[in-house]
Amino acid sequence: MTWAEQILAAKSGRDRVQPGEYVVARLDGFMMHDIFAADVLGLLDEVGIARLHDPERVTVVFDHMVPPPSVAAAAHQRKARELAIRYGIRHFHEMGRGVSHQVMVEEQRVQEGDLVVATDSHTTTYGGVGAISTGIGSTEMAYALATGTLWFKVPESVLIRLEGGFAEGTSGKDLILALMQIVGSDVAQARSLEFRGPGAASLTISNRLTVCNMGVEMGAKFAVFPPGAQEPQEASYVARYTVDLATLQPMVAIPHHVENVRPVAEAAGTRIDQVFIGSCTNGRLQDLRDAASLLAGRRVAPGVRLIVVPASREIYRQAASEGILEALSAAGAIVEGPGCGPCFGGHMGLLAPGERCLGTHNRNFQGRMGSPDAEIYLASPLTAAATAIAGEIADPRVLLRELAAKEVSR
Amino acid sequence: MSVQFPTLRGKAWLLGDNISTDLLSPGPYVHAPNQERLRHVLEAVRPDFAPQVQSGDLVVAGRNFGCGSSRESAPQHLKDLGVAAVVAESFSRIFARNAIAIGLPVLTCAGVRQRVRDAEEIAVDVVSGAVVLSDGTALAAERIPSEMLTVLSNGGIVPMLRAIAQGHAPAAE
Ligand code: SF4
Repeated sequence: MTWAEQILAAKSGRDRVQPGEYVVARLDGFMMHDIFAADVLGLLDEVGIARLHDPERVTVVFDHMVPPPSVAAAAHQRKARELAIRYGIRHFHEMGRGVSHQVMVEEQRVQEGDLVVATDSHTTTYGGVGAISTGIGSTEMAYALATGTLWFKVPESVLIRLEGGFAEGTSGKDLILALMQIVGSDVAQARSLEFRGPGAASLTISNRLTVCNMGVEMGAKFAVFPPGAQEPQEASYVARYTVDLATLQPMVAIPHHVENVRPVAEAAGTRIDQVFIGSCTNGRLQDLRDAASLLAGRRVAPGVRLIVVPASREIYRQAASEGILEALSAAGAIVEGPGCGPCFGGHMGLLAPGERCLGTHNRNFQGRMGSPDAEIYLASPLTAAATAIAGEIADPRVLLRELAAKEVSR
Repeated sequence: MSVQFPTLRGKAWLLGDNISTDLLSPGPYVHAPNQERLRHVLEAVRPDFAPQVQSGDLVVAGRNFGCGSSRESAPQHLKDLGVAAVVAESFSRIFARNAIAIGLPVLTCAGVRQRVRDAEEIAVDVVSGAVVLSDGTALAAERIPSEMLTVLSNGGIVPMLRAIAQGHAPAAE
């Protein structure tokens, strides 16, 4: 069986499951953020369910509209906070703790082999630690919290074998952007993407989280790095791919869809008004280190706004102690507190008509960050930093080579 | 387990591929009152839909129906406008789950968009998956598994939650 089949079988008390079958499975974890927690708990309250099946397994994180930018948001959060307390949810994280998905991983609220649901489409992220996890709507979440179970259609699995090591200037973001093209939504839709091979085993957790986070942009139900580089002999996959990490180059998704991917070199020279480094995709420590490796001692180009949002308080503090936040601020960045930041266009860093933003986040749909007449490009933290310095989309390998040459001549 | 569900008969509204949650529940009106939001359902592709759709009508569409965000208002708006079921060539995963959760039947039927005319009177048997055209031809949609039929026959998850609250075991387990 594939990894998704093994977990769904175990959680539904069966020896085997087949793709296409429906199972009722026990859930290991539940997460809600500030946008939907009040709706879910409010519904349970309204129908008269006073107790959750297992409040210990429930996590609530305030990350989207933080600090609240409006009275409506503040009132919505107050309702969620009151209900979370009333329902005995101890794992409740106020604003400032970080982006929910990153918090789930840091707080070890999700483990290898778990089956986890959350009211957010980027729940696929937890595949980076070997869980199968996916987003659901608020009514289903109410049912899941009340019963501890939910029905699942066992998905077909797609095997993606990774080989080699990352080429210069590339990371997990370039890999997942490349896979948007190589695999794409016709193959990945509603399926489980399973990453194996020596390249997968060598990927850092940080890169794995980035890759699984964006699996959902191909329509995948799960995206997961199972333990063990080798696929089980009897596992059957509907499609198999092999990608040599050494062949990757820096990639960028251009407006207005995540699958519009090309090498950064082909988009180089496009003027940019704003650069955003952050989100559950690429706001981790390694991402900030990457950005600082290029930005330290340099300046953001005139006319460019650089917004940096560490994905969690832990990351923020570590980046502060390493001098990264200081270096980014000195380069001209505005560093915001941990959270979703401008990622979803809710409350900060909105774009005016005609403006262009390059970000390290995960969606470039029209209107996602403000005006529908603005453009969003998606790339890695290295590419984002190189772009902020140049004021136009730039291939980070050029700067990296300059830096390397300086090292040698020193 | 045999689940009862009446055969649905109604007028078909024919739509294309990739009908997104933004088209079904446009973002600019998310904070407007429900009556106002309902007026904008599908306005970008079928401006006649919201003013003219009748209770019991059926939506027939192409590939990837309900793609985009996880907002539950997308299927809820169709239900509120009286749509009895959606038959499409494929659905986005979260939309299909949300639709069942609120008690709106969704049936996957290959090639349905080529076979049904706009405004044609059709019948849908949710249990067997038969989609019967006005000339009597029957198309076979994928059968809805019994767990989800149970949810649908209960009118969605909310009535099931009310039953749980009153001490009855959930029917789907
Ligand atoms: S960072 Fe962006 S994609 Fe991630 S949870 Fe927040 S809004 Fe969603």
